[in-house]
Amino acid sequence: MELQYWIDQSTPLPGAPGVRRLDVTVDTWLACATDVAASGGRLFALWADCAGEATVFAALISEPIVLLLALELPGTTATYPSLAEIFPAAARMQRAAADLCGVRARDFDQRPWLRHAAWPVDYLPLASETRPAAGREPAIDQYSFVRVSGDGVHEIPVGPVHAGVIEPGHFRFSVVGEKVLKLEERLGYVHKGIEQRFSDLSANEGQRLAARVSGDSAVAYSWAYCQALEGIVGAAVPTRATWLRALALECERIANHLGDLGALGNDAGFAFGLSQLSRLKELWLRAIETALGQRYLMDFVVPGGVFTNPSMDNLVALAACAAKIATEAIVIRGIYDEHAGVRDRFADAGIVTPALAKQLSLCGLAGRASAQLHDLRADMPCAPYTDLRVRTFTSRDGDVAARVAVRFDELNESARLIDEIVHKLPNGAFRVVFAQPAEAGMGVGIIEGWRGPVLVALRIAADGRIQRCHPHDPSWQNWPVLEHAIIGNIVPDFPLINKSFNLSYSGHDL
Amino acid sequence: MLKTLHTICRAGIASEPPPASDDALRVSDVLQNRIRGILGRALCIRHVDAGSCNGCELEIHALSNPVYNIEGLGIKFVASPRHADMLLVTGPVSRNMEVALRRTYDATPDPKIVVAIGDCGCTGGVFGENYASVGRVANVIPVNVAVPGCPSSPNRILAGILTAISPPGVK
Repeated sequence: MELQYWIDQSTPLPGAPGVRRLDVTVDTWLACATDVAASGGRLFALWADCAGEATVFAALISEPIVLLLALELPGTTATYPSLAEIFPAAARMQRAAADLCGVRARDFDQRPWLRHAAWPVDYLPLASETRPAAGREPAIDQYSFVRVSGDGVHEIPVGPVHAGVIEPGHFRFSVVGEKVLKLEERLGYVHKGIEQRFSDLSANEGQRLAARVSGDSAVAYSWAYCQALEGIVGAAVPTRATWLRALALECERIANHLGDLGALGNDAGFAFGLSQLSRLKELWLRAIETALGQRYLMDFVVPGGVFTNPSMDNLVALAACAAKIATEAIVIRGIYDEHAGVRDRFADAGIVTPALAKQLSLCGLAGRASAQLHDLRADMPCAPYTDLRVRTFTSRDGDVAARVAVRFDELNESARLIDEIVHKLPNGAFRVVFAQPAEAGMGVGIIEGWRGPVLVALRIAADGRIQRCHPHDPSWQNWPVLEHAIIGNIVPDFPLINKSFNLSYSGHDL
Repeated sequence: MLKTLHTICRAGIASEPPPASDDALRVSDVLQNRIRGILGRALCIRHVDAGSCNGCELEIHALSNPVYNIEGLGIKFVASPRHADMLLVTGPVSRNMEVALRRTYDATPDPKIVVAIGDCGCTGGVFGENYASVGRVANVIPVNVAVPGCPSSPNRILAGILTAISPPGVK
């Protein structure tokens, strides 16, 4: 069947434009996913909702539509057909859903994913009524890594505590000499029960937690959360507020690109890049603080609008600072491009071919660097991106150099967007009083963060409390791709390749 | 090469003077003054993310930029707890990281200092305590200095580090 057949049967959901819900049965679940894949669609997110009936949700994206498949199951012990054959990216999401809600996909890999040994196997954090007693010393569990054998093969275990200032996770390298034969990731170390915590909060309090799912993407998450919530309530957000949200989102993009581009230079042995770009980043964070009140915009996007109304003088200064940074970044890009040592490390390192990127649903900036030209700001724009015409950048090379190039291009484009936003910023209210929702409902928000598309699915009860909130990070799709990108490279190039993706542990582990 | 040198010269020296230590951040004092004198001139820090949202990590990174220039103060981040005098811990401590944090603490030679960073490191923050989160860092290992903030600003983190190696009452 055609994709259109399924779209015709679906109903629009509140929140982001283009998100539609389709209730499916065990039979049509796979058929619909197959048709979406055949039309060039990809897996956006997958999660289970067991507060009430057990339902598995799969958000599939085929621009300009996000089709949210809802598969109701008879209880939390039920199994359902795995989507991993169609979308390999589904595998870990299905394992996480099993850890948290009990519902299992019929897949060969039944190892736990987010659950280590910290809570009992029969405890389902999002389904069980009684919570386990605290204070028990967690055991160390034995995870069955896939072993590689043969002459001269040995393993290098790395983490969870890494040698730099980064988040915790475990990497198991199987190597011959310096060459990596296989990398297997083990994540879940920073799982801190965010999804259960959401259900302790009222809908209006949820924004604070959503912004802290992954601190580097605070604007993307808090905007996606507010988009879902405002959709459910039917609240109209002032035009000025949506423009200021976009301004904040582009500020966040520039800050992260500056940080990562500097760190990439450093990982290639070129400390000049780090010192110059981290200096620019500090300059940028201070400009953001002056204009918008915080260095990192954890609580800028709030239900009903934005937290503060910046003065025009500060906004003009912010745009001028962005332009200055973009100009300086172009000089540093030129230095990177002409530096033989840096080129040698960047080019051909960690290649993800366009075909592999498509197969594994690689998304966001890493996807664009492997010819997957998707960007929600351009493909499914919400206000004000409908008026901004975002330019997107791509490469077919798929190596570290391509991801660096896309980041430099996007930094430049964000500076241009900030200038345009500041000069076209409409007058009017920056926030409306946001009433506690008085009706139950479900909504979905989707926002293109600096790393890639972020999704927040929110279901609230009639008393305004959150029943289920699932935040989805693009890192879910991209972590498994990193395992492929490193194959055949040497171990010392791993930090460089890893940094070129810079995936979130916290956003993934929840 | 010329462009590189030109950029360096044009940028100049961006470093700012460090903040004063702040006794309000101190939780407990463990160091003898003699040791403090030794540490104060060459402090080695091991950072441990025990469950943070990565916001505090971004600000800890900022300490190494030319503006805060932490290495200019004789303080450096090291790759192993065995080389460290101080653990800089961000939280909340997830239960999946509890054992790793304890082991990192045990692997750090005495005398050692622990500085908890961020609202979550200080109190558990927005995440609190539940089946997967043990809450504040002090619930798992002894903490000497606690720096609140969401995320803590680089100036406050630096003030916290300097407080930990200064005797009480000295600015």
